[in-house]
Amino acid sequence: MSDARPAAGLRVALFATCVNDTMFPGTPIATLRLLERLGAQVEFPTQQTCCGQIFTNTGYYDDALPSVRTYVEAFEDYDYIVGPSGSCVGSVRDQHPILARYAKNPALEQAVARTSARTYDLTELLVDVIGVTDVGAYFPHRVTYHPTCHSLRITRVGDRPYRLLKEVRGMTLIDLPAADECCGFGGTFSMKNSDTSVAMASDKARNVSSTGAEYVVAGDNSCLLNIGGVLDRQRAGVQAIHLAEVLAHTEEDAS
Amino acid sequence: MSPRRTPAPPPGELRDSLPFPKAAKIELANVQQRANLRHATHTIRAKRAQVVGELDDWEALRTAGAQIKDRVLRNLDDYLEQLEASLTAAGATVHWARDAEEANRIVIDLVRATGQDEVVKVKSMATQEIELNEALERAGIAAWETDLAELIVQLGHDRPSHILVPAIHRNRSEVREIFLEEMGTYGEAAPPDLDDEPAHLAAASRSHLREKFLRAKVAVSGANFAVAETGTLVVVESEGNGRMCLTLPETLISVVGIEKIVPTVEDLEVYLQLLPRSSTGERMNPYTSMWTGTTPGDGPQDVHVVLLDNGRTTALADEVGRKALRCIRCSACLNICPVYERVGGHAYGSVYPGPIGAILTPQLRGLGSKVDRSLPFASSLCGACYDVCPVKIPIPELLVHLRHKVVQEKAAHHEVHAETAAMKATSWIFADSRRMEAALKLPSFGGKVLRGRLNHFGPLPYPASLWTTARDVPVPPSESFRDWWARERGGQR
Repeated sequence: MSDARPAAGLRVALFATCVNDTMFPGTPIATLRLLERLGAQVEFPTQQTCCGQIFTNTGYYDDALPSVRTYVEAFEDYDYIVGPSGSCVGSVRDQHPILARYAKNPALEQAVARTSARTYDLTELLVDVIGVTDVGAYFPHRVTYHPTCHSLRITRVGDRPYRLLKEVRGMTLIDLPAADECCGFGGTFSMKNSDTSVAMASDKARNVSSTGAEYVVAGDNSCLLNIGGVLDRQRAGVQAIHLAEVLAHTEEDAS
Repeated sequence: MSPRRTPAPPPGELRDSLPFPKAAKIELANVQQRANLRHATHTIRAKRAQVVGELDDWEALRTAGAQIKDRVLRNLDDYLEQLEASLTAAGATVHWARDAEEANRIVIDLVRATGQDEVVKVKSMATQEIELNEALERAGIAAWETDLAELIVQLGHDRPSHILVPAIHRNRSEVREIFLEEMGTYGEAAPPDLDDEPAHLAAASRSHLREKFLRAKVAVSGANFAVAETGTLVVVESEGNGRMCLTLPETLISVVGIEKIVPTVEDLEVYLQLLPRSSTGERMNPYTSMWTGTTPGDGPQDVHVVLLDNGRTTALADEVGRKALRCIRCSACLNICPVYERVGGHAYGSVYPGPIGAILTPQLRGLGSKVDRSLPFASSLCGACYDVCPVKIPIPELLVHLRHKVVQEKAAHHEVHAETAAMKATSWIFADSRRMEAALKLPSFGGKVLRGRLNHFGPLPYPASLWTTARDVPVPPSESFRDWWARERGGQR
């Protein structure tokens, strides 16, 4: 009997991202389990490292190029590449072409054009490619969702995360005030302009706390590191959690 | 030395300002300013969103606004010659200024030729940029700002902190105090019983300014647009004070950046929709003044236009950076910016604050000063500025582009520091996943000793303190994802 699951027959390469790989392994593990539960065949090309965004956004184009090359080599054989980070996926799609042009390397430009076009945010892969919004998740908590800047304005995932969250059983989703305002992370901005970054993060944390949610959910662990960092320092009693981990969670995990 | 005619601005050169992070730290502690800015930016954001939402063709207008300016910039040499010919044919005199010094000297000479020792001013960013008021003051000529907010800034011995709303950092009780304290020294005094009702404050300024409007023989303006085809200059404003300056005096001198050109009058159709909705959140601004050279018996008969470069051709030579020259000075990017909202305009060390200032100032002034090198980094790259820009300037892309230029500039001066070394080392590690795996095995990476006893680090020493002063940080996990993958799925790719 053939596999009737929605992602059956889909071969996907998991782009874990360096931050998740080293600091938040629970997120790529959740992404993997979620996609496999939906029937996808998920592979992790181990030669992958980083999207290079930390170099690019700090102005070190030459230091970003090795990461661009590594990305292309790791993922060039795949039609679907998925990353649980709006920011890293945004960097691959928006900045890799700029860097390849900067390198004046037409072969790299061609290769980048392929890998960039085939790189998806997790919510895009679920909603557009696999065609599901109900992924069978169960998360019996009050949560609020922070739509990260790069999900909103670079990858432009729109309402996909909300459509996925609305189908999660047992969950109460509470609107976050001033949701579309930046949390102040901004990569090296959080260190170079730490006072301004903290001022922004404090306002975001205050808005999160005002919802009374137990969890603040987002599609990017970097932003959650920032928002959660303030909430933890305040002992606010709100836990930061990645969207993939919420969507991977089922009744079996709860029992 | 003769006494000053006009209120002195704060001492020091803008270019010598503190680098952005240090200036921001000071501004962030100004609670009154933060409250004023939060209120003002949120109000204007909501108004803009509402009126922009009314137009079905907003995105098409933005695209047209970007493309017309791009065409002008690609063919700027031709359009400038066309503008000069049109202006001359219409009875205006055209002057060319390479930089601020040349522009200021031209204006001083023109004012002196009239025999006058004072001018009234229409709100103008170009004259702020060249610091014309102080140049005139040094030449013994008093320059009176007539835009209400510019008047508040001038009387307050202050600097503008916003492109459109220069006194946005002040609230009405502060304005009342400035008027009571200063107006009498420089003209008609404010009524002693002045309260902080906006209508009463406006009435005090009207009375104070009226005396100057009726006396002035020379006016200085900028222009929002300069039409190459006809030589028509356009000033868009809210108060009508600009219109007074543009019509009553005998001599009118306009300082206009060379990027202000639009090819035809028809092109104004696009910008006169984009600008008011993006700036004040109005469908149409109250006053749009247009003049084409001189008209016998009507308005100023001695009309001069100073076309200003001052770094614009340098920006034009950079194919990425030149997109900043599309700017029509609407301020939508300032109003939406979460950084600007919290630190205000003074931290940017420039007459152009906010996201547009962070990409324009370092191009106009170069990367020589500490503040100019810090400006491209004064953003979290959240992208909100691009979404509201009426001429679709990809501000985040330009910020990153200019960060690269700062890094190149530092490398050219052999300024190797900790960041350069850290970036090089990390880049080497990320060039090969085997190096990354080896780095993850170093004992310094994980908190292996601490793990099990706590989940988060509290305050840590510098440089980690930049993060941990106000934010906890999780203890690294005991196993990376790639180690988990090797253990669980070993053998698979």
